[in-house]
Amino acid sequence: MFANHQPIVPATIPAPNGEYAIEAQGLSVFYGGFRAVKDIALKVRTRKITAFIGPSGCGKSTLLRAFNRMNELIPTAHAAGAVLYHGQDIYAPDVDPVEVRRRIGMVFQKANPFPKTIYENVAWGATINGYRGNMAELVEQSLRQTALWDEVKDKLQQSALALSGGQQQRLCIARAIAVKPDIILMDEPASALDPIATLKIEELMRELAQNYTIIIVTHNMQQAARASDFTAFLLMDSDRAGTLIEYGPTRQIFTRPTDQRTEDYITGRFG
Amino acid sequence: MSAETNGPLGGAEQTFDAGLPQRKRVAVAWHTLFLASTIIGVIALTALLYTVINQSFGLVAVQNRIEPASLAVDGVPLAQLTQEQYVAILQANLSPGVFRRYDSEQPFTERSRENLYALVLERVVQPRYVKTWPLIAAFFDRAAIETEVARDFPGAKLVFRSWVTPDFLRSPQASAPELAGVRTAILGSLWTILITILTALPIGVGAAIYLEEYARASWATRLIRTNITNLAGVPSIIYGMLGLAIFVRGAEALTSGAAFGLADPTTANGRTILSAGLTLALLILPLLIINAQEAIRAVPRSLRQASYGLGATQWQTIWRHVLPSALPGILTGTILAISRAIGETAPLVVIGASTFIVVDPNGPFAKFTTLPIQIYQWTSRPQPQFRNLAAAAILVLLALLLTMNTSAVLLRNRYSRRA
Ligand SMILES: Nc1ncnc2c1ncn2[C@@H]1O[C@H](COP(=O)(O)OP(=O)(O)OP(=O)(O)O)[C@@H](O)[C@H]1O
Ligand SMILES: [Mg+2]
Repeated sequence: MFANHQPIVPATIPAPNGEYAIEAQGLSVFYGGFRAVKDIALKVRTRKITAFIGPSGCGKSTLLRAFNRMNELIPTAHAAGAVLYHGQDIYAPDVDPVEVRRRIGMVFQKANPFPKTIYENVAWGATINGYRGNMAELVEQSLRQTALWDEVKDKLQQSALALSGGQQQRLCIARAIAVKPDIILMDEPASALDPIATLKIEELMRELAQNYTIIIVTHNMQQAARASDFTAFLLMDSDRAGTLIEYGPTRQIFTRPTDQRTEDYITGRFG
Repeated sequence: MSAETNGPLGGAEQTFDAGLPQRKRVAVAWHTLFLASTIIGVIALTALLYTVINQSFGLVAVQNRIEPASLAVDGVPLAQLTQEQYVAILQANLSPGVFRRYDSEQPFTERSRENLYALVLERVVQPRYVKTWPLIAAFFDRAAIETEVARDFPGAKLVFRSWVTPDFLRSPQASAPELAGVRTAILGSLWTILITILTALPIGVGAAIYLEEYARASWATRLIRTNITNLAGVPSIIYGMLGLAIFVRGAEALTSGAAFGLADPTTANGRTILSAGLTLALLILPLLIINAQEAIRAVPRSLRQASYGLGATQWQTIWRHVLPSALPGILTGTILAISRAIGETAPLVVIGASTFIVVDPNGPFAKFTTLPIQIYQWTSRPQPQFRNLAAAAILVLLALLLTMNTSAVLLRNRYSRRA
């Protein structure tokens, strides 16, 4: 199925070793004629947690989805500029978005497990991507990495829809890492969860950051401050297109922001 | 703001004119109107069931050509005679030519006792229903009916009869109302529907998948969608004319089976089960497409996103997630469309359904009749007995439709509970 597509990671480039996992260059995303994000230039560091913050509607989700071409599911959406993944532009005409999404996984705001068993949820992505190893082992390993194994090991054959909201979200993360991506994109993964479940997800992100590059969109300032290594602040400009205002180590953004607008936003003096 | 103008709760301000009595009157008026509509509907349904059931059961005056009692041998009643005795009775009462014909169809020595007994009843006793009375009359005018039978039909016996019997379901069409059944019509309906499902379901689901998942939004796809919706409202007789032109005439070589060397030698034209099934498929195709489109559209976007997010292709997403989620809805709609097709008469009359078939249809290239055609044909016969047969056939058809619709509801409930 993928035979006609040149692999997006040429064999000569060793897997994620570089300092930057993914890089946006002059990236704009449009919905029809409306430009939702504009001229974003951003380098995301490998095996770190990068948070996108900014007011509602400034284009955080749009930018996040541009990193694995999920925007293409929206008929009117299209992107301009480049997103470099190991030096390869994922928007180049010979790159298959299917391959991109296997390498750059996604976790959504609302947990969306398949209406299947817990086991099938974790195994499905690996199956369709032609995983040839021991599937039971992969499922167990993925569930252990998301600290879900002990809670579900006795009911792997039960419906995933019977799990609690927090468990479902962790299952979705387990499902995403079961296809062995490099990067995991998370769009407000904890916004529908209670504080305890939220903390669990944050702990989990810390664990995962040892092996994966994580980009997270969040509305929760404490969460960004607590859980991320780097923070990017976005804001709508005069024609309502999201622009990158400031990007740097989280500590610096939250303690010594260089831009007045960033300071206004994180201190809550901003709409 | 005097206390008198306010309700018992007090405190109402003059900026609100509650007008509560007036609002209540309006509510009561609508309430009554809705109740009346419901009652009218229930009355119409009851009237339908009343006529059908009234005609399906009742009294019949049976007149035998030869009384069974007179055929008893040595005090043993007719029903308990031996095979040889039945053959003897047949030989004595049938003309030699007819007797030989039955023998050459299947030798008497090889026939079972039941078969011989049935033959004796049919050819020798020859019961005739000289007059029939419906169910209500049978209950309330029994005495009057008995005097009428005694006066007008001296030799006749009055018996209560259900027109829906196992024999009615098992016997083929016949010219005598005493013997006629719906077997050929039921088989014809089932064959036709089978062909309808086999063609309409894959095409309908395929078109719906294409329109919902693949087609880009353009004026062409919008035009197609609108037209499909309009096609669903086209009168069924138009589809009959289309079927006549395309399947019966245009593709006669295929629909008659001649192209495969399978044509029924007695007809060898395109008025076959295949043409009927294809015409009905054409008829329900717009319904199926619209319904499948809705079912596919109802699959949550989050499910597709989850699938794509794992690196699934569009086809994997459709085949493994969208279709399974949409399937209950698709099947429910299909069953409802099929039950509409089962009841269709007009298009089948147009493409040339046969009205009198006594041999079972044996495949897609056979001549056909269906339950509604049979009912239509029986109601247009002059003898009153056929009216009873038609009512009985309507009961069979209603039972069939009820079964299908119930299964559609059960299917829907089962899956919506699971989700
Ligand atoms: N499917 C779509 N079609 C058209 N416009 C869209 C679509 N999705 C988002 N937009 C527009 O793009 C802009 C950015 O939206 P986006 O969802 O990326 O914002 P966000 O920063 O994620 O907001 P929130 O914090 O509320 O989730 C908004 O103006 C929005 O109206
Ligand atoms: Mg968002």
